[in-house]
Amino acid sequence: MASQTQTRERQAQVDYQQFASRRRPRPRYLRNALLAFLVGGLIALLGQALTAWFAGRGLPEDQASGRAAVTLVFLGSLLTGLGVYDEIARVGGAGAAIPITGFANSITAPAMEFAREGYVFGLAARMFQVAGPVLVYGTASAVVAGLLRYLLVRG
Amino acid sequence: MTPPAQAAAPPARPQATPRRLGRGTLQFMEPPRIVSAFTVVGPMEGKGPMGGYMDTTLEDTFYGERCWERTESKMLREAVEQAIARAGLAEAEVDVALTTDLLNQCVGSSFAMRSVKVPHVGLFCACAGFASGLALAASLVDGGFARRAVVGASSHHDAAERQYRFPTELGVQRPPTAQWTVTGAGAVVVAGDGAQGPVQITHATLGQVWDMGLKDPYDMGSAMVPAAADTLVRHLHDTGRGVEAFDWILTGDLGRVGSRILLDWLKERHGVDIDGRHSDCGAMMYDPSRQDVHAGGSGLGASACVVAGYVFKAMARGLLNRVLLIGTGSLHSPTTHFQGESIPVVAHAVCLERPGAR
Repeated sequence: MASQTQTRERQAQVDYQQFASRRRPRPRYLRNALLAFLVGGLIALLGQALTAWFAGRGLPEDQASGRAAVTLVFLGSLLTGLGVYDEIARVGGAGAAIPITGFANSITAPAMEFAREGYVFGLAARMFQVAGPVLVYGTASAVVAGLLRYLLVRG
Repeated sequence: MTPPAQAAAPPARPQATPRRLGRGTLQFMEPPRIVSAFTVVGPMEGKGPMGGYMDTTLEDTFYGERCWERTESKMLREAVEQAIARAGLAEAEVDVALTTDLLNQCVGSSFAMRSVKVPHVGLFCACAGFASGLALAASLVDGGFARRAVVGASSHHDAAERQYRFPTELGVQRPPTAQWTVTGAGAVVVAGDGAQGPVQITHATLGQVWDMGLKDPYDMGSAMVPAAADTLVRHLHDTGRGVEAFDWILTGDLGRVGSRILLDWLKERHGVDIDGRHSDCGAMMYDPSRQDVHAGGSGLGASACVVAGYVFKAMARGLLNRVLLIGTGSLHSPTTHFQGESIPVVAHAVCLERPGAR
């Protein structure tokens, strides 16, 4: 009996879920993808322009791109602090989240937000709430990739 | 064996109005009145279609406080204090305060009530809170346990956002089903003993918890529809009324997406057509053509502000006769969400009537 009731309840759930999903608006994928391409592309273009500018001032290629990255991180954090970056991301979606400016935003935003709970238990403890998984799994996958490379190529 | 015909029939007692109809519908014998109301909303809500009916609109989302939790508490405190003052009462003349908010551990209420010297019970059933508060206040007043009760409810967009979702400045793209938590607080004073007021609470239907297995916190409208539909259908069944008995059926915060599903679900599965009589408090708070709030507003500030701000005034002017408020609440927490649980939902209904109507 109990299992029959469970089955009936489960069926009612599936029935309603299908009913609701047919009436739910879909995100505008094409428009969102185009905007993400545009916003992401503009950020990348800015990065390229910065690299070229630093290189033009006589810096070697690797140092120029490093400084461009640092500048973008600064800009991402500044725009987050000014309350602008979330507006850019609202339009640009992943185009604003994936570039390094988005990474800066993901650290600055919780740092600002949780500073109200103090500099230790708020700001410092929760600063990496969003970026933490990226750092953990980014580092972990780098170690795995490095090991594989070592085992396969030996050096 | 039939009793002899001459046996005295039990004396015909005056037919008392039954206090309970069906399962979960309360019928108030002397419907308590809402005698005063006060609302406080944030700047964005002030610019919305309901803005003109609100008593106070804040200039910014902080209201002179250093964090949004304090702001929410302050808004709730002001709404409660002003509702009491507008009723021409002193705090000592109010017997009980029932308040509810969206913050963890109901701190919005507790911190607000530190300075309001009225016996207090904090309630939590998320956005169904204001309706549940009205139902309980009317029960206490009609039952003679309180002469006057104050009911308050609040939510704050930014406080809810950082508690339930992400830091407010994080760049996230919200899906079209997402709703925007209303920054708003509303309070009303419910009084018995023949008090005069433009709104009376005649019935309440308490809802049961539903869970249709939906898990997306960016689509709470869909999740709450079955609870709202069940409470509405039970209310109609218990009171023997049809939808045409109501000028307006107001759901709490299903938003535009949930509202559309509710209308279809009621029509197809329950044979109840509320088209043309239904509005959603959350959806009413913003103008979708000017304000980017996706599927509309949510949060208990929505139903509190629409009822205490708009319905109260509209009934006072005789524009509305009978309104059924169905508060809808999503009862999940961020913890349960990350643990993979679905969203339990509840809906409580309160019937509001203009005294002397029909």
